[in-house]
Amino acid sequence: MSALLEIRGLTIDIERDTGPARVVDGIDLAVEEGESLGIVGESGCGKSLTMLSLVGLLPNRIRATGGSARFAGQDLLALPQEALRKLRGSQIGFIFQDPMTSLNPVMRVGEQIAEALIHQSGMAKPAAMERAAELLELVGIPSPRDRLMAYPHELSGGMRQRVMIAIGLAGSPRLLIADEPTTALDVTIQAQIVDLVRDLKDRFGMSVVWITHDLALIAGLADRIAVLYAGTVVEDAPVEVIFDRPTHPYTRGLLASLPTLTDRPMTRLPSIGGTPPEPGRRPPGCPFAPRCTLAEAACDAAVPKLAAVPGSDPRHRVACFVTAGEGGRA
Amino acid sequence: MSATLLSIRDLRKEFPVRLGAFGERAATVHALDGFSVDIVEGETLSLVGESGCGKSTTGYCVLNIQRPTSGSVIYAGTDIAKLDDDGMRPFRRDLQIVFQDPYSTLNPRMTIGDALAEPILFHGLAPKAEIRDRLRQLLADVGLSERFANRYPHELSGGQRQRVAIARALACRPRFIVCDEAISALDVSVQAQILNLLLDLQEKYGLTYLFIAHDLAVVRHISDRVGVMYLGRMAELARAEALFARPLHPYTRALLSAVPSTDPRAARNRQRLQGEVPSPLSPPSGCRFHTRCPLARDRCRSEAPALREVAEGQSVACHAVASATETNWENSPA
Repeated sequence: MSALLEIRGLTIDIERDTGPARVVDGIDLAVEEGESLGIVGESGCGKSLTMLSLVGLLPNRIRATGGSARFAGQDLLALPQEALRKLRGSQIGFIFQDPMTSLNPVMRVGEQIAEALIHQSGMAKPAAMERAAELLELVGIPSPRDRLMAYPHELSGGMRQRVMIAIGLAGSPRLLIADEPTTALDVTIQAQIVDLVRDLKDRFGMSVVWITHDLALIAGLADRIAVLYAGTVVEDAPVEVIFDRPTHPYTRGLLASLPTLTDRPMTRLPSIGGTPPEPGRRPPGCPFAPRCTLAEAACDAAVPKLAAVPGSDPRHRVACFVTAGEGGRA
Repeated sequence: MSATLLSIRDLRKEFPVRLGAFGERAATVHALDGFSVDIVEGETLSLVGESGCGKSTTGYCVLNIQRPTSGSVIYAGTDIAKLDDDGMRPFRRDLQIVFQDPYSTLNPRMTIGDALAEPILFHGLAPKAEIRDRLRQLLADVGLSERFANRYPHELSGGQRQRVAIARALACRPRFIVCDEAISALDVSVQAQILNLLLDLQEKYGLTYLFIAHDLAVVRHISDRVGVMYLGRMAELARAEALFARPLHPYTRALLSAVPSTDPRAARNRQRLQGEVPSPLSPPSGCRFHTRCPLARDRCRSEAPALREVAEGQSVACHAVASATETNWENSPA
């Protein structure tokens, strides 16, 4: 396997009247061909901005200010908008969180899927509609031909998200980026969508990046998990290693604070005190140090680098002065 | 056994709606269809189910925020379901609610202190001179320092706002709080903080909670009893340990199997509930779950099963379940 996407030292700043505030601070991430990577972190940790920056969709006043992102040999951050537009959809597909705001409410869903096909591959309209029906069938929508004529409001939340996935897949992308696509859905529908994306990934050999705040959700989906905190990767490891031997104190805290179906009822959950730092008010040292129970003097002085954990899986990397040495311990 | 705080009998709620581009067709949403339960003082009763199954409507109808179409809610000897707004007022201080979205529940132009003082002054629970002490106490109860009283909601994080919403519910020293998806909008680490806070407050003030949620793992964590709802009806009601150790209703089993597992090896082999919740505009006949049920047969399509106790503290509404250990289906043709 070789890296399909390789992000190095990415920084993203918000331009404010008082000067730039850093939200993503030197992210290193790689996605292999055919791999599924889960990116986990709390609101505001920069997980969505990182992925949006790759395809030139950052909101106004937010800009990628440093680093590189190589995708299939070219640096996405250096590409002009026109080239990025060609890449979006055909090479990199996107599924967003809220299908109700991402779909055009006054356009039939068939037209919306066909539009993507016509734009990306220059298909004729009848052929595109034919292909749109196939895509709807592929994402598990019953009687797809009838559904082509439906408007988004006529579909349920789960069905709308399936339509979004169909649009994301329309160009047969090599990389599918899913940004919290199941957050607004019921558990049962959420499980169906996770299964669907996994099946599609296996069938087409796509790489998938799944952004979420829910560690448990991607346990069954991701090959590898990167944990983000305040705009940096604090831990990056194969999925079993994250769950069996979480090493960074933040990863451990996140896992411990998850209620599960096996712990004792009516007990207090271990929780992480405090809140993440705001952009522009980052501590000088490790960004997690103010909330960390293991923090030492060194943690406030310098930012720990992401480094391999001795004795653990060779792909296991963590950014922590205190726990990095004990990663091999079960 | 503690005393019953609220006795809910055969609660129904129907919403008349107009369909079509010009509202030319009248229809009825059957949101809640014969809901009965006794809520015991000091317990946490949770309601779970998919969107549209009537969990929130139950919460609103119990508090008479939405007036039930029929049925009764007996609190302190009075049927509060029949009361109008004026009649409800003296009961409101005992019966409070915390909503899901702490961003839209607080008035953006009111300081936290004013928002918390309002219900106390409205109900005349403390003279103005003592308000400061009450505020300090309330903020301390929810783990916020006194200086938050002068802040505005936009200056607070989501978790802090939810703490304020809880403090506001506590302001009148209530006995019963409906938590309507109160932690669903929060990040995982903050969610744990708020759950622990709710448990602490329950211990301290002997509160009774009706906890409405869709996250089964959370529900398991904090509930004494759990009610599983499907399309406006109770499918199963049981003590939390029993429900999670031995789910009996096929819908309960399906919900449990959809919970993401934190074990990456177990997570890949799960049973899936197919399809979606049918529209409450035209709910299926008989057992409302029969359209998605792997065990459904003729009787389920025609006859609605009654909720009956099949084991100590475990009731289930399913033709297929004869007792806690045996289902009627194993030896019978489907």
